[in-house]
Amino acid sequence: MTLSFHAETFRDDYTFANSPAAIRAFPFPFDRDAYMYTVNIEQHVPGPVQSATEFPIHIDEHYVAEMRDRAITLAEDPLRCQSLPHMMTAEWDLLELLMTSMATHYPAHFTLSRDGDRWHWINRPMDVDQTFTFGDVSTLPQGPMEYVTRQCQGDFCLLDQREDNLWMDAGMVTSQADWSLDFDLGMNFMEWHAPVPLAHDLGVFERALKFLLNLQHGCPVRRLNWTMTINPRLDTSPENYHRWGIDKASVTPENVGDKVHLRVELQALWRLPRSNAIVFSIRGYLIKMDELVTQKKWARRFHRVLASLPQPIADYKGLGRFRDTTVAWLSRHDDGLPTSPGFAPD
Amino acid sequence: MSGGVQFPVRVAEIEAVSPAVKRLRLERHDGPSLPPYSAGSHTVLTLEARTLEGGTRRIRNAYSLLGTTLGGGPAYEIAVLRSPQSRGGSVFIHDQLAIGATLSMSAPVNLFPLHRTARRHVLVAGGIGITPIAAMARELAAAGQPFELHYAMRDEASGAFAAELAALYGPAMRLYVSQRQERIAVRDILAHQPVGTHLYVCGPERMIDGILGDARIAGWPDSALHAERFLAPEGGEPFAVKLARSGIATLVGEHQTLLEAIEAAGVDAPYLCRGGACGQCETPIVSADGTLLHADHFLTDDQKACGKTIMTCVSRLRGRELVLDL
Amino acid sequence: MKPSTIKSRPLYGTLAPVPQATQHIAIVEGEGALALADAFAGHEALRRTIILFSPIAHRADHDQTAVLTSLSCEALHLASNVQELLGTLVTILSTATMGTRLYVSGSEDFIGRVTSEALRQGIEMDAIQTEHRGAPTRRVQCVHCKGFIDGVSASPALCPHCGLHLLVRDHYSRRLGAFMGVSIDAESPGDLPPPEAFGA
Ligand code: HEM
Ligand code: FES
Repeated sequence: MTLSFHAETFRDDYTFANSPAAIRAFPFPFDRDAYMYTVNIEQHVPGPVQSATEFPIHIDEHYVAEMRDRAITLAEDPLRCQSLPHMMTAEWDLLELLMTSMATHYPAHFTLSRDGDRWHWINRPMDVDQTFTFGDVSTLPQGPMEYVTRQCQGDFCLLDQREDNLWMDAGMVTSQADWSLDFDLGMNFMEWHAPVPLAHDLGVFERALKFLLNLQHGCPVRRLNWTMTINPRLDTSPENYHRWGIDKASVTPENVGDKVHLRVELQALWRLPRSNAIVFSIRGYLIKMDELVTQKKWARRFHRVLASLPQPIADYKGLGRFRDTTVAWLSRHDDGLPTSPGFAPD
Repeated sequence: MSGGVQFPVRVAEIEAVSPAVKRLRLERHDGPSLPPYSAGSHTVLTLEARTLEGGTRRIRNAYSLLGTTLGGGPAYEIAVLRSPQSRGGSVFIHDQLAIGATLSMSAPVNLFPLHRTARRHVLVAGGIGITPIAAMARELAAAGQPFELHYAMRDEASGAFAAELAALYGPAMRLYVSQRQERIAVRDILAHQPVGTHLYVCGPERMIDGILGDARIAGWPDSALHAERFLAPEGGEPFAVKLARSGIATLVGEHQTLLEAIEAAGVDAPYLCRGGACGQCETPIVSADGTLLHADHFLTDDQKACGKTIMTCVSRLRGRELVLDL
Repeated sequence: MKPSTIKSRPLYGTLAPVPQATQHIAIVEGEGALALADAFAGHEALRRTIILFSPIAHRADHDQTAVLTSLSCEALHLASNVQELLGTLVTILSTATMGTRLYVSGSEDFIGRVTSEALRQGIEMDAIQTEHRGAPTRRVQCVHCKGFIDGVSASPALCPHCGLHLLVRDHYSRRLGAFMGVSIDAESPGDLPPPEAFGA
């Protein structure tokens, strides 16, 4: 598949927008008219053609602009990419997974040739041509995780498995929903999930962890998570919250359609072969309300989900200042008709 | 498939590395190469063994993968001890399996991984327990990580790979031959290990319990202690099993595991280790007419006592009939 | 403030000598000395116990020093501040063996700093016991400028490094030995609730 990449921004003048095809491919996360935390894990098997899950690693029209935004964020704050010393093998595993998948599914844009340990990587959209020795850090300009994730959409966490737990011991996180890699680095599954309300008591994390500890190589899984962001901003980090928090106060009935975005994370997990680590990819998708309501079913459903969202979840996601305004705006797009089951638009 | 990805393989080499241990080289024959794996990983082999009556019986056994094929590629290697009291898998491999035979092998799973934040590793193997332990030594040596290896065996002839390991690791490796009255001086070994050391033991159940017990007496914290507690599932008295949801009734034979009987009845039941360690095969019990014989290391004593679930890979019933929610 | 049940928030117990330990190292500050005395007084473990003590300078902790001296342990190190005490700890741990157990007691921020240093030196979490004695003060990291603030007693708190007013969250990092502080008035500048002191 040949993509044409947008020249667009995720800060300052915010020129990000979705094409009609990207709207149709948007991974809308609600298959019913209400939302609650569940262990919503499924096999990461290929989805429909031109959907977000068609390939294991999804590259789309926003690729080049997102990678440029990541580079800006990293230049301002290098701690967004960190790796504890014992994670080097997992870093190489990740590099192999991403390069192999990108080259296999987007051959027009990426090429990987391997001759034993001698690897040759070509990334045409980013104008990269790199020969290196797999396993030899000195042959790459950065560590393997940083190198490959500067060239792959989505945030990534590498999780070491020990003591029947998973430990967030490495990651590249520049477009997060208000959590800090620097703070969470070295935490285990229960610790980094500590701030999440309700789910601990529902047993969600206990069951999810038990499942993930037995995740097998070759059998990746995925789940969807979501939040809302004002302006198409990728860097909604706690580090910069004093800069972007104020945007939440800028929502008015007039600008909801343009300013308020649904932000969906397609999260996938793979067992890595050499390190026995797990990689957790957080591939984010943004869609403004004006774009969302082009799909009638999504408009109706999102209105109902947002209106009935349990208060602790709304508070945790930080929707307080603009939830009511957005619900009122969405109500104009909800005619009260029933919605069909499933995620897909009608 | 419940066991995850399966690779079709052909037996490419069989070598007797000691009178009772054979090394098998299993080559993938459908094209792509096999993925790399981490030391301590095992694979599950599916064997079609001939029965005395002339039929075939499907046996699935877990075997540790050797360090020689850590990088993946055309083949994986395992070592199999001939244990006559087992349910026949190892005897079949020793007496019937020939070069060229084809079988199915599961993707590697690691339930005995190296603790990657450790600063030093003490590896202890008894007998055939050397297979995951030697793979660990190889991985650590390649990564330049400090370790020492202690290998106990009954007599010199039974110590598979001993010469090879001694040549590779020299002073980092020590052999103990019980026939020569040599015993692992566990307490001395444990007494001088610097903070940040982790201990790994694989061998007979008694040896594991003894060494881990000594480590606790020496003040080691539990998080630094690791053991491969793989059980070779044992047979037992036959009993009936009914699967409530699928409405299937069948019999668990004396040389069969409950899991194997369920699979033979055509049900794709979950599993990973087939050794009572991983928890994957945990199945809810509807009713049990008899006594549950829990043999796993996964359920707590309380859970075993309350009898709500059973690990089908190693546990069974002494009695008439077990009804499962499956 | 109500005690939190958030899963990253450390829970503290009561010190008790581990009988099998080959070496005990007790690291205590201020009133933590009394927790140690409660647990170890008259115990045979004292023969294998090294005590590192940091009195709190502005308070009369002489009694506590006397209490520790009277324990007659293997060795007693007095440090004039926490930094010095951590230096001594690192030196001792560099030659320590696996039978070593740690006992930490004092204010919450002290426990955090000692624990995070011990973990960095390769001690396992389950080889460390903690008991909270003294002030419920917290060590906070400002998520914006990454500066650490010791002895924080209430939320919101002013970050002395970057000047932002911080909500002190219950989210805690063992690696950093600190709670997270995040701007409290980012969405409505200047709108500051009155500070609320931390409970024990
Ligand atoms: C193992 C890989 C995973 C990683 C690295 C990860 C990481 C995170 C992080 C960093 C947060 C934000 C916490 C905060 O507010 O500080 C979060 C939230 C959450 N996670 Fe995970 N997670 C993982 C897997 C899962 C799984 C398997 C589930 C399945 C149930 C799950 C459920 C949730 C939920 C429900 C939230 C709250 C999200 C919201 O309401 O916006 N996570 N996760
Ligand atoms: S399959 Fe692992 S416990 Fe049964």
